[in-house]
Amino acid sequence: MTDSTQGSVGTSRVKRGLAEMLKGGVIMDVVTAEQARIAEDAGAVAVMALERVPADIRAQGGVARMSDPDLIDQIVQSVSIPVMAKARIGHFVEAQVLEALGVDYIDESEVLSPADYVNHIDKWKFTVPFVCGATNLGEALRRLTEGAAMIRSKGEAGTGDVSEATKHIRTIGGEIRALQGKTEDELYVAAKDLQAPYELVADVARTGKLPTVLFTAGGVATPADAALMMQLGADGVFVGSGIFKSGDPAKRAAAIVKATTFYDDAKVIAEVSRGLGEAMVGINVADVPAPHRLASRGW
Amino acid sequence: MGAGPTVGVLALQGDFREHIAVFSGLGIAARPVRRAEELDEIDGLVIPGGESSVMDKLSRTFGLAEPLKAAIADGLPVYGTCAGLIMLSDTVLDAIEGQQSLGGLDVAVRRNAFGNQLDSFETDLDIPELGAPPVHAAFIRAPIVESVGESVKVLSALDDGRVVAVEQGNLLGTSFHPEITGETRFHSYFASHLS
Repeated sequence: MTDSTQGSVGTSRVKRGLAEMLKGGVIMDVVTAEQARIAEDAGAVAVMALERVPADIRAQGGVARMSDPDLIDQIVQSVSIPVMAKARIGHFVEAQVLEALGVDYIDESEVLSPADYVNHIDKWKFTVPFVCGATNLGEALRRLTEGAAMIRSKGEAGTGDVSEATKHIRTIGGEIRALQGKTEDELYVAAKDLQAPYELVADVARTGKLPTVLFTAGGVATPADAALMMQLGADGVFVGSGIFKSGDPAKRAAAIVKATTFYDDAKVIAEVSRGLGEAMVGINVADVPAPHRLASRGW
Repeated sequence: MGAGPTVGVLALQGDFREHIAVFSGLGIAARPVRRAEELDEIDGLVIPGGESSVMDKLSRTFGLAEPLKAAIADGLPVYGTCAGLIMLSDTVLDAIEGQQSLGGLDVAVRRNAFGNQLDSFETDLDIPELGAPPVHAAFIRAPIVESVGESVKVLSALDDGRVVAVEQGNLLGTSFHPEITGETRFHSYFASHLS
């Protein structure tokens, strides 16, 4: 946190605050400026700039890294909604570069190849806020301890199969509810089991929620998928390959936005689900061999 | 909920739960609003922080924009924070293509006027109408009021003179988010004008 001519920048409040403003919205993966404009026009609250969507990373293999700065510049210049970009887990120099490029949020993401299999980025050192993935409550709290300002459940990116996203958001919600049932002295052991700081664990037990926004990601491909995540308690949704790997991206994107706002209204979800054309073909998570599952990256 | 007024909070997207929590903490009834018919059940409306281009799109798609404009013209008290201020402005600068606003406030507002998220900041503002101490305000990719019409009252400006809080008749708008800094006086001030 430093002072500018206006006031204090890079505080936890303004970092977490931007995520608060994204709630109830859809953040869409885009790989070109043209896609970014389509996403903005369809009602995305933010775009995630990357070189290949997860489905292509999965299909093509190889090491997946931060995007080319030229691409990020083009996307930043083409839209007025917030732009996020991905850095590899532990690659704090990629994060420094993304901050220098002026992105609004950095996703320290398991979708890219990890740069460090031990440490995540020390996110407190940055003015730009970070979002991190988590498969369970302990992982979410460890990311918050490192300075993440927003959490997304991981799901299994690039599959179009929502089952892992369901598992992770249910796991996080279930573990929070379990904490709420514990006595004060039991929270010490809970913190040990969760491998997270006691103060954070006690805070979650008291409030019944994470201290930051919790979005969900990984496998969302239809309006009903997005509404399912919202009904399971997500604050908003990331859609990766599901939009631009489908038959009619603009229409599908707008439909997912509407279903996210009216997530508890089946009539609206039915209406927006009509005539969307082909959904992404996808791949069943069960058919993805364990070494190729992205959700197991990060710890 | 007793005899007091009920405040609606536009719940298409954004931090509407934070506004509802502030009103609840003040003992004022508040409820989310997503449909035109729900406008009949409220005495005032808050348009929260969020993404103005998304709120605009959803409010028009779901038939809320026209009834809202009519309600504003009819005198419904409305308070807009950040994106909500943009929605209430007659003129929006740096809008996305095709973006509209509800209007009502005779002001021109520029979106993302401070720059990107790296320029988001917190500061203290002296606002005479709310008394001491200063209001602690969070500006998050915030808009600025670039010009105001004659009937608009400026409630607060930054040290360099840029306007960040305005009032005109039944409408109140702030560039910043009192709802996330533990500040309740704007909400009290707004609620005190409800019948």
